Amino acid sequence: MKKNKFKENIIHGIFLLLGLITVGFVLLITIYLVISGIPAIREIGLINFLFGKEWASTAAEPKYGILPFILTSVYGTSGAIIIGVPIGFMTSVYLSKLASPKTKYLVQTAVSLLAGIPSVVYGLVGMLVLIPNIRNIFNIPDGSSLLAAIIVLSIMILPSIIKVSVTALDSVPKEYEDASLALGATSIETYFKVSVPAAKSGIAASVVLGVGRAIGEAMAVMMVAGNAPNMPNSIFQSVRFLTTAVSSEMSYSSGLQRQALFSIALVLFMFILLINATLNFFIKRNKE
Amino acid sequence: MSNIITVKDMCLWYGDNQALKNINIEIPEKNITAFIGPSGCGKSTLLKTFNRMNDLVPDVKITGDIKYNENDIFSKEVDVNSLRKEIGMVFQKPNPFPMSIYDNVAYGPRTHGITNKVKLDEIVEQALRDAAIWDEVKDRLKKSALGMSGGQQQRLCIARALAVQPKVLLMDEPTSALDPISTSRIEELVMELKEKYTIVMVTHNMQQAVRVSNYTAFFLLGELVEFGKTDDIFSHPKDKRTEDYITGRFG
Repeated sequence: MKKNKFKENIIHGIFLLLGLITVGFVLLITIYLVISGIPAIREIGLINFLFGKEWASTAAEPKYGILPFILTSVYGTSGAIIIGVPIGFMTSVYLSKLASPKTKYLVQTAVSLLAGIPSVVYGLVGMLVLIPNIRNIFNIPDGSSLLAAIIVLSIMILPSIIKVSVTALDSVPKEYEDASLALGATSIETYFKVSVPAAKSGIAASVVLGVGRAIGEAMAVMMVAGNAPNMPNSIFQSVRFLTTAVSSEMSYSSGLQRQALFSIALVLFMFILLINATLNFFIKRNKE
Repeated sequence: MSNIITVKDMCLWYGDNQALKNINIEIPEKNITAFIGPSGCGKSTLLKTFNRMNDLVPDVKITGDIKYNENDIFSKEVDVNSLRKEIGMVFQKPNPFPMSIYDNVAYGPRTHGITNKVKLDEIVEQALRDAAIWDEVKDRLKKSALGMSGGQQQRLCIARALAVQPKVLLMDEPTSALDPISTSRIEELVMELKEKYTIVMVTHNMQQAVRVSNYTAFFLLGELVEFGKTDDIFSHPKDKRTEDYITGRFG
């Protein structure tokens, strides 16, 4: 009897330890980011750093303003949401409510596959297909632009939006829909006036998840956005995102420049925290 | 007295399984007709055929015809949404939408194109009064319907059904999920509603059929065994099977 209890405790301890490892890593990364991100912000000044319009890290008189990156990330993500959410949302309603089981299965398999494609492949296809077409259609010297990044990101966020929204719509009790149909509403009216409102927290969560995916993406946008640290004044501009700002200079940076890159990572991390908090809010509301 | 729904030689299959066999019945207008019978006898299935909710079940096949006010409800010209507006339904389990009490009742009228706020307010109030729940909810119309008790929710569902001004109200065991007090309130309400509406009510509770209905139909294994005035059915049933059922020998 006693021995069994001992064994239970050991196993319990092992599981606890494994769980704590994840928490530990999150804490470690957070602490490391804060510690290594603060010095540059102190030296440059928070206002100058966040709202400085110019990034010239290797100039004789270096400038470390990351407003161009922040705005690019915000615009790029918003653009992806504006294009991706309507497509993803409509697809979800179709899959959950209208599609035949066979079509649903086929499309969902394709969506899962889309989620599994590595981002470097998205970038590659974007480079080969999107960029030349943008150059030709809009008649600009270089197709690498905010627009190309927005299009790639819109496609990349589709799987998160579709999967989570379909799950939310599938779990709307059939009784709600029956009640609406029995009142003489058409099926389309029923889906949009009853099912979608009933699933709204889940759908909102899917959008937030998409935002998280878009803002954290580095590789694909690095390959199609042109990567010049310009202010994003037009969608045809070559731009650099927060993520790519870190990754493109990290390998050769030193001193304050290197510290500033950590500060960028810290800013990005803050964005992600904000997005996760929003996500938790929606998920919690969904449960209620 | 006229009949509002007439069923003739109707059969219904779910896949290969025949759920209703050769049903002939006439539902009298502005009366309460109760469908009784053991589980699986087809009483709910027949009820759901009246407003064509069975259309939603895959693999369902129906032969014979059903006339509502002399019109064939299966005819191609019939708009099923207008049919359902005329023939409302209350379900077994209270199923208010996860919206405010007001929006629940206003849902039907809005769907059918009423947007005028004053008109909507009127309809909502009238429907809630008709469902005998106005006094309980008038101060919290904007609150979620999910915060109400089961009995209140069911009366709200009745109000929601009444708000589209149907002629017929189908009730599928409307009190089976409720406590005795809520049940008796719904029964009283149903008896009042008879003045304005034709009510068809499925119930597994024979006492309820006796208390509430004017006419009773007894179903067994997909067949309509006997149909007549409730008093007659329960005092001197013609069919042996009806007698056995109402005296509690099976079921």
